[in-house]
Amino acid sequence: MQAKPVALKVLDAVSIVLLGISTYLALVFAPTELVMGDVQRVFYFHIGTAWTALIGFILAAVFSVVYLIRKDLKWDRLQVAAIEVSLVFFLITIVLGSIWARPAWNTWWTWDPRLTTAAVTELIYIAYFMLRQGIDDPDKRARFGAVYALIGGLSAPITFFAIRLFRTIHPVVIGGTNPEADGGFSMTADMRVAFFFALFAFTVIFIDLFWNRIRLGDLQDKVEQLKLKVSM
Amino acid sequence: MNNATYRVKATKKHSIAKPSFVRAVFAIVLKDLQAEYRSFELISAMLVFSLLVIIIFNFALNLDIKTRETVTAGVLWTTFAFAGTLGLNRSMAIEKDRGCLDGLLLAPVDRSAIYFGKAISNLAFMLIVEAIVLPVYSLLYNRNLFQPGLLLVILLGSIGYVGVGTLLATMSVQTRTRDILLSILLFPVVLPVLLPAIIASDGFLAGVEVADSLFSIGLLVAYDLIFIAVAFMVFDSVVEE
Repeated sequence: MQAKPVALKVLDAVSIVLLGISTYLALVFAPTELVMGDVQRVFYFHIGTAWTALIGFILAAVFSVVYLIRKDLKWDRLQVAAIEVSLVFFLITIVLGSIWARPAWNTWWTWDPRLTTAAVTELIYIAYFMLRQGIDDPDKRARFGAVYALIGGLSAPITFFAIRLFRTIHPVVIGGTNPEADGGFSMTADMRVAFFFALFAFTVIFIDLFWNRIRLGDLQDKVEQLKLKVSM
Repeated sequence: MNNATYRVKATKKHSIAKPSFVRAVFAIVLKDLQAEYRSFELISAMLVFSLLVIIIFNFALNLDIKTRETVTAGVLWTTFAFAGTLGLNRSMAIEKDRGCLDGLLLAPVDRSAIYFGKAISNLAFMLIVEAIVLPVYSLLYNRNLFQPGLLLVILLGSIGYVGVGTLLATMSVQTRTRDILLSILLFPVVLPVLLPAIIASDGFLAGVEVADSLFSIGLLVAYDLIFIAVAFMVFDSVVEE
């Protein structure tokens, strides 16, 4: 087994430090928001995880296209890594958002376009892993996975637009809980520092986890091949 | 079998074994319709299932006159979506079971002709079921559903549903968990069809001006075009062995 690359080890350490600093900035350094109070501090990590998860999902759709053209399993491993890390990050986003929404909107959940799209996106990528689980042949698994990730990646943004349509025609259904209108706030300079640092920190953490997951995928692949060799 | 006789004819006529794209698609549709005409197992299953779903809704939502006004579109589309997965699953499972799909793949036609053939026959089954469910629903709940706008929405929605559904069913029947997988794969990605379809249907039933539903219809058309184009491009990767 090859040792973990030094660069990756360094990135692991940097990620932990950044997470620590970002936590400090979000929980202590940033001023308390006047209306919502301390619960607003959830916002920094909420955006940080959401932003990286979305990038991950977009990357996954790109890897789909590349895999379907090149048919190289390397791209499949990249795709699985991106989706797996993004799935967890997006779940964190939803949970954090829900924690914030309870005091801010007085409900854990509302069928707002963003929330609904987030939930559906989570379900799409859970379905993606269920699809992969049902297939043994690695090539077939990669092909089906790529096709589904592509369809899912196209469908999610259209869902967002479709639900917005729901809102414009039935404003009563949503009850006017427009996220901008209800729970919006303007950031002070210190808040901005915490915000952009959280974005930066989570981007680095995402890259670190992504890299680790790719390495894991490569190792898994090697184990499979060795197993095949032994059985032959 | 039809394919075989057809190919022989084609060979004689043109001395080229490869039939044209449209004729290949048509041959597959014809094969499916003939098989269905002889057994009626797919359509009858979808139909009975649809009626059962409507009956369940009747009790679940207590469909009295007032509720009916607001939930008809939702009930109809839920019924179509559920019955649709039943049909899609069966239609592809038949192909997979006795190696028929391999037979189709051996035919000297473009692979996407198989996709379009299956999609068109699936669409036909779905439309037939809808054509029976609609009057039955109208009768049971005394609600006139025969409005051109609504029928257009149902057609567009069914096209999008079947377009993606045929592709995903082709994948799901080739997995170990094939019986349960299709609805899990299909429902989250077909949501952009169901949403505007329900909104537009609701609009037409409530007698809203056509202009108000134009955006929904546009969204449906866009979805249909995008996803049929994608399915057309990737279908090769889904059937290749």
